[in-house]
Amino acid sequence: MLDPVVIGIITFVLAAFVGFEVISKVPPTLHTPLMSGSNAISGITIVGALIATGSGSDTLATVLAFAAVATATINVVGGFLVTDRMLGMFRRPRRTEEKPGP
Amino acid sequence: MSPNTRALLYLVAAISFIVGLKRLSSPRTARSGNTIAAVGMLLAVVVTLVNADVSWGIIAAGIATGTVIGAVAAIRVKMTAMPQMVAIFNGFGGIASALVAGAEFIRAGGQIPKAETMLTIILSVVIGAVTFTGSLIAYAKLQGILRGAPITFPGQRLANLVLAFGLIGIGIWAQATQDALPFWTGAALALLLGLSLVIPIGGADMPVVIALLNSFSGLAAASTGFVINNSALIIGGALVGASGIFLTKLMCDAMNRPVSNVLFGAFGTEGASAPVTTGEVRRTTADDVAIALAYASQVVVVPGYGLAVAQAQHALRELASGLERRGVNVAYGIHPVAGRMPGHMNVLLAEADVPYEQLLDLDATNSLLRRTDVVLVVGANDVVNPSARDDPGSPIYGMPIAEVDRATTVVVIKRSLSPGFAGIDNPLFYQDRTLMLFADAKKALTELDGALASV
Repeated sequence: MLDPVVIGIITFVLAAFVGFEVISKVPPTLHTPLMSGSNAISGITIVGALIATGSGSDTLATVLAFAAVATATINVVGGFLVTDRMLGMFRRPRRTEEKPGP
Repeated sequence: MSPNTRALLYLVAAISFIVGLKRLSSPRTARSGNTIAAVGMLLAVVVTLVNADVSWGIIAAGIATGTVIGAVAAIRVKMTAMPQMVAIFNGFGGIASALVAGAEFIRAGGQIPKAETMLTIILSVVIGAVTFTGSLIAYAKLQGILRGAPITFPGQRLANLVLAFGLIGIGIWAQATQDALPFWTGAALALLLGLSLVIPIGGADMPVVIALLNSFSGLAAASTGFVINNSALIIGGALVGASGIFLTKLMCDAMNRPVSNVLFGAFGTEGASAPVTTGEVRRTTADDVAIALAYASQVVVVPGYGLAVAQAQHALRELASGLERRGVNVAYGIHPVAGRMPGHMNVLLAEADVPYEQLLDLDATNSLLRRTDVVLVVGANDVVNPSARDDPGSPIYGMPIAEVDRATTVVVIKRSLSPGFAGIDNPLFYQDRTLMLFADAKKALTELDGALASV
């Protein structure tokens, strides 16, 4: 049985390679949405924050867990929303060209 | 739910992130990709809530707080302010990961069975804390709370070095003893290190810094994934880490500077030199430019950040629409560092209803410029400076530029002959085929639009 850390390292390295492959195909036009969108994805740490709320009666741990949930949620909600807002601005050219002027 | 089912559902969430990023390869599919990634995130949250022994009160309060702040910020932010928004969000991601690791450390109460778990906790806290304070400084500089110029003091690099090595030493101490004192001291030092690393970096280099901190926020999430042994965090964090590194490299290449120079070079402190090139510039008027534009078949606009500062994107779009109605082909040549973050100028133009297919990257721009009749340079300076290509003595020599001097006629809209951000004189302004239209960008573009109507 492999150690979970080793499995984690394998997962991390493979995911990083996938990341480079996928991201190198993103056109420069979408690099800002890429940053805000990947920002939202890094909010996946919310999973850890939710688990941390169950860490018992220690006051400091509770405060940290609350702050972690709040900041991770800002990241997730704000990140996905603002990315959606930006991507909504990217429109295709209007094919119905007006007639050439005088 | 069995641990295996749970792990597979987290994998589904991770796959949704990959699919979401993959769909960013085209503006057509990008929006649905973002939605897919968001749904995956929701799945990860639901799976966690169903399985973990959580405190619902704290979660409700935390999620409510975060949702209100995040949603209000996302809906209200202006597109010009996007860099500082992304900067501060990076910081929140980083601190969230650090807090999770901190809570985990308290919960364990010095009884962490495995050395590697303690190590990943320390890494999470350090990376997350550096990301947090570094991002706050980046935010403050971009928002204008701190001045953009590099803030330096003697012995700064030495101080950072001492801080970094002190952190490593304290980390080893915390690792060996699992004591609270070295652990929290290390966390405080990491917060300090984030501040002192970003403080000396100038405002113009913030795009690189945000991209790098973006990467850090991913690495912080990944290391938290090691702490709680969760593959969704590890995969998601690795993706973001890779994305941030990729963009950092791209921005550094676009400025032809190694990342070490950006981070530790304190560019611009040598003092901006006065313009050295002398010669005649050819002034022009809006009427003359309007005629040249109206009878061109291909026009390329090279915008710089001055366009956004003058809030002239819509005026530019109006002018371009007028030209298109006359049958003139209009395209926009976007230098990677034209905005204040990667792809920023593209978003600003998209907001002004410019179709994305007209937004060209640097290679496409330079090949189109060979058969361009008129190129309109608006609010850009260094990114069109031919000395980057021709003058080995120039501080920006080797930086890729939009080679506007390949076009038949170059029109530069600029307030004055003052040098650009890097304080470097631009020989383009003195070339024979260059016409200078001295005016505020918005005013000039509106005048051009008006003049076009009477051509």
